[in-house]
Amino acid sequence: MKMFIPQFVLDIWSRFPPLMQYLFETTFWIVVVMISVILTVAFTTYFERKVIGYMQGRLGPNRVGPWGLGQPFADVIKLLIKEVVVPQESNRFLFVIAPLLTLVPALATWAVVPLTDTFVIADINAGLLYVLALTSVGVYGVILAGWATNSKYAFLGAMRSAAQIVAYEIAMGFALVGVLMASGSLNLGVITEAQAGGVSNWFWLPLLPLFFVYFISGVAETNRAPFDVAEGESEIVAGFHVEYSGVAFALFFLGEYANIILISALTSILFLGGYLSPFEGWVFLEGTAGSFLRGPSLAWLCIKICFFIYVFFWIRATFPRYRYDQIMRLGWKVFIPVTIVWIFVEGVMVWMQIGPWANLTG
Amino acid sequence: MFHAILFYFFSAVLLGAALGVIFSRNPVHAVMFLVLAFFQSAVLWLLAEAEFLAIVLVLVYVGAVMVLFLFVVMMLDINVERVTGGFAKYLPLGILVAGLMVTELALIIWGQGSGVDLSGGFVAMPEGYSNTEALGAVLYTEHVYAFEIAAVILLLAIVAAITLTMRKRPGLKQQDVAKQVAVRAEDRVRIVKMDAERGEGES
Repeated sequence: MKMFIPQFVLDIWSRFPPLMQYLFETTFWIVVVMISVILTVAFTTYFERKVIGYMQGRLGPNRVGPWGLGQPFADVIKLLIKEVVVPQESNRFLFVIAPLLTLVPALATWAVVPLTDTFVIADINAGLLYVLALTSVGVYGVILAGWATNSKYAFLGAMRSAAQIVAYEIAMGFALVGVLMASGSLNLGVITEAQAGGVSNWFWLPLLPLFFVYFISGVAETNRAPFDVAEGESEIVAGFHVEYSGVAFALFFLGEYANIILISALTSILFLGGYLSPFEGWVFLEGTAGSFLRGPSLAWLCIKICFFIYVFFWIRATFPRYRYDQIMRLGWKVFIPVTIVWIFVEGVMVWMQIGPWANLTG
Repeated sequence: MFHAILFYFFSAVLLGAALGVIFSRNPVHAVMFLVLAFFQSAVLWLLAEAEFLAIVLVLVYVGAVMVLFLFVVMMLDINVERVTGGFAKYLPLGILVAGLMVTELALIIWGQGSGVDLSGGFVAMPEGYSNTEALGAVLYTEHVYAFEIAAVILLLAIVAAITLTMRKRPGLKQQDVAKQVAVRAEDRVRIVKMDAERGEGES
């Protein structure tokens, strides 16, 4: 990295006080990660329409640019130049700030996500708690949007979403407790390192029920189909964002997809070894290509994230929407007992020194 | 220096938010000010290197308690006129509570009996010190009984709340999902083999 920068820039750089250097460097990486996430969001929308298109025997977007690759940008430009209509009877300030409240937590969580074995913006000890805290803050945008709009449909959507997110957050938290017990740390980097040693050592196998609970709760938390009753268009038009248009709507959209990518990234890190390679320890993979395949890298994390994003769309194209009482039943009466039982099982296994966590100290 | 600037900035925002909770006329705005106040206190705790407490404050109060608060407040149609009407009536009680709290704080800070040494100022912990681990070690060894009793009381509160609100209505139709899943085609559909019949109207 350093060799691409001319010498005089480095000279000036070294004269800055260390605090300023730190601030500049961190800001630079935050901007890099945020721009990458936002670009990924753009292509995730394209990916979704293609995947669902092919699953339904259609072609999906194919008019703008080669293979329709320009479609996301065309959509963005369309949304940006549209007028933002603020309803007259709405609460103006909260109406405008609500989309930001859904987007900001989704982007802020990336601060603790370890992208490679050496790179993470903020290597904090309470990373898992930070993730949990920020995902729970994301619900404010939806609730406030529904209330500030001052429309019955929007309000119904907000109510549904609030109850649903609060319910699934508990199951999600318990699934994270299982991961925490297995790795003995709250730091996402340490959690990844604890899964070293190939596919069978990743936490998806010993924590299989928690893996499913976490991912399905993640789908519910992001208000995606089949849990998308908050915007269920057949019942309440578009739910909480019924009155939003233009940039404000685009921000909601951005927040939703940023959340999808985030949940995919977290599931890969917590249960599928994050940046670790599935070929780790395969000695017969020789040479430089082999060592690249066996070593940890950003590419592995990206492949895993893409897989989970694909599963999101697969689920959306496959299952019909849940009825509201069924969603509540699944959250409270199925997922929470499953996680509690598995935490108990895991506790017994740790105590009896069975399983991958046998060599844990503490 | 930088630390102090941050501290005073966040404290100022915290005080402003706390005043906003009291003075805003719209209850939803008051709740949002309270959320902001919680965030600022979390940041202050972060500055004091209590990252576990800070994040748990956001997680529990902002992420769960205040969401339910907002949920309730949004559905209430609160008459601001009537609520502010009792201002003079509740003023003595409010002053009493405020005075009590100020006295308590003063006793802790300037009194001799607290046993906490406040003269040394803030001492930074060495790198690699985990707040979470230290708290867990104390919570599950020294204070394990108090901790467990608190957990049982909370569980009791949950059970009590559910019993109070649950009413069994006669004739309520409910689904049994296990039954629905276990059902086979033979239970629902009877396939009858029969010869074609001549209808009434035909000849």
